[in-house]
Amino acid sequence: MHGFANPARFLRIARWLTPVLLFGGIAITAVALLWGLFRVPPDRLMGETVRILFVHVPAAWLGMGGWMTIAVASLVELVWRHPLAGIAARAAAVPGAAFTAICLLTGSIWARPTWGTWWVWDGRLTSFLVLLFLYFGYIALSDAAQRDSGSSRVAAIFGLVGAVNIPIINRSVVWWNSLHQPPSITMGKSAIDAAFLWPLLAATLGFSMIFGAIILLRMRALLADIQADARLRRKAMRGTSGMEAQA
Amino acid sequence: MASIATSRIKPKHQRLVLLVVALVVLVAAGLLAAWALRNQASYFYVPSEMQADPPEPGRAVRLGGMVEEGSLKTQADGVTIAFVVGDGDARIPVRFSGIVPSLFVEGSGVVAEGRLGPDGTFLADNLLAKHDENYVPRELQEMSEHQTERVVAAPQ
Repeated sequence: MHGFANPARFLRIARWLTPVLLFGGIAITAVALLWGLFRVPPDRLMGETVRILFVHVPAAWLGMGGWMTIAVASLVELVWRHPLAGIAARAAAVPGAAFTAICLLTGSIWARPTWGTWWVWDGRLTSFLVLLFLYFGYIALSDAAQRDSGSSRVAAIFGLVGAVNIPIINRSVVWWNSLHQPPSITMGKSAIDAAFLWPLLAATLGFSMIFGAIILLRMRALLADIQADARLRRKAMRGTSGMEAQA
Repeated sequence: MASIATSRIKPKHQRLVLLVVALVVLVAAGLLAAWALRNQASYFYVPSEMQADPPEPGRAVRLGGMVEEGSLKTQADGVTIAFVVGDGDARIPVRFSGIVPSLFVEGSGVVAEGRLGPDGTFLADNLLAKHDENYVPRELQEMSEHQTERVVAAPQ
């Protein structure tokens, strides 16, 4: 586990993994979306609107996956005090929030022609909007902790507590009558025809790789920031015998 | 005292146990709270709920269910439609005048916003179409209908 405690080792792997994930992800996503746009037949009821599925569903999964990344990284940070875990959690927050926002926007665009409304306050939509606000809270909290160079433990606890919302999002369409349809893909069964399912899975793989690449890029940027800060502090310490470092 | 009792446990294991217990309790509390909201957080009533416990007349509620096959009728004025919403146990007639969403068809789900009239007819102000979890291309749908026709026609 602590094999990656040394950032140098992490950076060595991240340096070649980032472009692989990024360009591979972009290529797979492009193929999947073009396939979804031009090759997939229209749905029996929704018609052409079904094509939003290939962006909406991966975005929803990654919006929730982003928070699970924050939660797991926060757990590792709190229990094992792993130096990279807090950085990984912070790196996942902004892309996770972006995918959550994409999911809400595409869902709204899909809902207007399908349901006949832009937005309803049913269980699924409301709990997903709560997820977006949780992301905003987490980003603000971890940024504030970083700026005051205080402990990121509060942000980590918030990341863990916020994970309660994930099973609620998942179960919201089962527990409560909702306008959002029940899950199409459950344990080994799919109510989505193969013509839609394969481009959907391909798009999910592509978006996930892009998501991973963004996390790695952000982790490298955060590590570089920390390194630059430390170097400046050392320089200031040497230069003015500690006066500036105190300030 | 606690330090004596746990002196043999590594601090990181202590933190792990503490956090896991806290998480389990937290998730259980969250799920219990959400589960207790079952009836309050539902987006609509189904017909059997509405018949068992009718809302007071004039109160704005939502009714959700399936549009019964063959029940959809356009009234003489040309804009008012009447249909029956059922859930397998109960059926409630609904009246609505206005533009219906394009996915509103017989045999599919609908959520009607409005109020229950004194005669037991639901007067809807707005209709929302409810899409189910099935995604089927048009070609396959037509094919399966042809197949159904063949299968249904065969025994006669």
